[in-house]
Amino acid sequence: MTRLIGHGAVMAALLVAAYGAFAAVAGVRRARPDLLRSSQLATHATFALMLVANLAMVYALVTHDFSVGYVAQVGNRSTPLFYTVISLWGALEGSILFWGLVLSGYSAAVVFLNRDRHGSLVPYANATLLLIGVFFYLLLLGPADPFVRVSPVPADGPGPNPLLQNHILMGIHPPLLYLGYVGLSVPFAFAIGALLSGRVEDGAWLRLTRRWTLAAWAFLSLAIMAGMWWSYEVLGWGGYWAWDPVENASFLPWLTATAFLHSAMVEERRGQLRVWNLSLIIATFLLTIFGTFLTRSGIVASVHAFSEGEIGYWFLSFIAICLVFSLALLMGRSAALGSTGRLAGGASRETVFLLNNLVLTVFTFTVLLGTVYPLVAEAVRGVKVSVGAPFFNRMTLPLIVALLFLLGVGPALPWRAASREELRERFLVPALAALASLAATLAVGTRNPYAIAAFTFAGWAGATNLGEFWLGARSRMRTHGEGPATALVRLVRSNGRRYGGYVAHLGILLMAVGITASSAFRKEVERTLRPGETIEVEGYTLRFDGVAAREEPRRFVVWADMALLDGAGETREVLRPRLNFYRMSDQPITTPAVRERPHQDLYLVLMAFERDGSSVTIQALVEPLVVWIWIGGTIVSLGALMSLLSGRGRLRPGRLARDAIRLTHAPAAETR
Amino acid sequence: MSLGRSGKRLTLAAGLIVILAGFGYLAWGGLGDNLVYFVTPTELAERSGSAVDAPVRLGGMVAPGTVTWNADGLDLRFQLTDGASSYRVKASGAPPQMFREGIAVVVEGRLLGDGEFHATNLMVKHSNEYRAPAEGKRPEQLYQELIRPEAGS
Repeated sequence: MTRLIGHGAVMAALLVAAYGAFAAVAGVRRARPDLLRSSQLATHATFALMLVANLAMVYALVTHDFSVGYVAQVGNRSTPLFYTVISLWGALEGSILFWGLVLSGYSAAVVFLNRDRHGSLVPYANATLLLIGVFFYLLLLGPADPFVRVSPVPADGPGPNPLLQNHILMGIHPPLLYLGYVGLSVPFAFAIGALLSGRVEDGAWLRLTRRWTLAAWAFLSLAIMAGMWWSYEVLGWGGYWAWDPVENASFLPWLTATAFLHSAMVEERRGQLRVWNLSLIIATFLLTIFGTFLTRSGIVASVHAFSEGEIGYWFLSFIAICLVFSLALLMGRSAALGSTGRLAGGASRETVFLLNNLVLTVFTFTVLLGTVYPLVAEAVRGVKVSVGAPFFNRMTLPLIVALLFLLGVGPALPWRAASREELRERFLVPALAALASLAATLAVGTRNPYAIAAFTFAGWAGATNLGEFWLGARSRMRTHGEGPATALVRLVRSNGRRYGGYVAHLGILLMAVGITASSAFRKEVERTLRPGETIEVEGYTLRFDGVAAREEPRRFVVWADMALLDGAGETREVLRPRLNFYRMSDQPITTPAVRERPHQDLYLVLMAFERDGSSVTIQALVEPLVVWIWIGGTIVSLGALMSLLSGRGRLRPGRLARDAIRLTHAPAAETR
Repeated sequence: MSLGRSGKRLTLAAGLIVILAGFGYLAWGGLGDNLVYFVTPTELAERSGSAVDAPVRLGGMVAPGTVTWNADGLDLRFQLTDGASSYRVKASGAPPQMFREGIAVVVEGRLLGDGEFHATNLMVKHSNEYRAPAEGKRPEQLYQELIRPEAGS
């Protein structure tokens, strides 16, 4: 029954979406408002159908209906309810089903919030989103069918991948990632809509999608950070980023989306960088599909690769079709894409954003090359090769340092060429802050040149961004006579878009400082211990007190009691690094014991133990400032949220009317 | 902004310079030097001369009866074989818990001139399928002595 509902809903979604796309295009071309209305309803219906399909799957999972293919793959009677529900996105088929839900949800929201707009932009965008949906619904009926019949029906299943059951972050990482990935389809769809409707010059597509892009970017940033945090807490190597192909898959669209976010501001204000913006958002969308391809097609052996099979070809074909179509559109409209003003040269914010685009594009190409090379090498020469982390580090560290520098230049520069006096005035304090940071980092003993540069520019950029708050508040205090706190609050309220961005910058700087400190000053010790013996690292002394084990319904847990001693040899606290043995896996999963403090983390890994508990091998790591990576990452998304919630409201009647008029009439070149 | 002929040529030249600079940058990155090939012992033996001292990933099986582990020096030695060829492997640091004779492993490291493979990283091969451990090898059987159910997590 569940299978019937599931299959039926997906099939219906496919047909309705295809119809909706057709109706939207026909409605525009033949000026048929009834078809346009019909296409809007189709989008809403698609969402309802995907909701039904997903709920059916969750029901099947929770009731352990092993006649359903996906449940037989990831279900298990002893898995706790929480992990059973989140196993919806734990393997290939379920995750595509979930993707379909998120995509149809975004599409319905876009159509609903733009329901009163006229013109051809929104219908074309809607058609694009529906056609993207068609691809995913085809996958769900073809190679990635979660509702496949299983016969004979097994009594129990293997359960979700143990790595996915081990930690709560694995519950939220995929949905955050999908909200980010799929969310970026919205600005892409509007870009295609703008190209199709021939109305690119007025930049309406950028204005309409600003908040969507910000939201998707915020989700993607959180998802990447959650992935890093999970890697740190679970994989037991004390690190959080390994340039693993799947990590890169999530990072690549983030890079181009960040460039797009900034570059869009230049188009909004100056009508410049149009081709850049269109290219960046097209690249971002293609990279999200490519990311899904890397993660789902089994082409890379990693915790994310659940299956092999032909699904890879489907993805590649879809990417190829989208690429060709987008390029054709871009080239076809190239005449209309000329800029409507002169890009200010010299020391201006426009220049910084252009440099930002260039650095981030080179960054993207570099990571893409390193990620794709092994795949191409295996396809063409049949050799298995991996690109080592040293390549990525060597290539990206200079770019990261350059970005940190630019982060401290842009906010302080005006929107036109600045004069020498202005430069001197705005950058004096940041320059001093940079020197102070340089002195401090050298005094602390940093010798790695990239680490030195990173800390120095963190000081530089921190001063610039904080300085913007200070200057703005001070100016309000003078003109309005407000106290400092009031001035600050009102300042941020009145221009949340801008100051939200600066908050996000500060979050990035915190992450940069945390990453640099924890890599450059990491200390590692490994020892085999008998009970009573101690291991020492960076001033911490830990005594091994014994190994113990416990049986749980879905796993067998072994841990070591490690007593952290104070100066007098008394036990301050007990840390318990563990190995979790899941029922259906022949390999245990490490769960390190992490003691987080603001200034450093103490990280213990149980590497191995003797069957009789007579000895263990423990690895102890001390890494400074790790918490600031997670705090910084959260602040980044908070800043994006701040920026999202402000700005000119779209729901005021006057504004709506103005937008409607702008979209329906051929716009004259706007001067600002 | 409409460019005249010389303006267009300038843009083209600038574009070319950027592209060439980009390639130069990538070449400097030394992609070639950072490629780590995955080989079996037989394939490694075929490359012999050129393979010495280049980072490589060697995959095979831990030959039974060849494992020695010195816990105090954290010194692990064993023979890695693919049935046809085999190499002596020396690794420093504790192996993962599941390491034992007859298991498939991948070691990352370099082949030294004396024919010994120095591993910097040892990974027990992840099986893609999730299979329960064999009878007699389940953790609750192997580690029975350690069970203390009332203890903390």
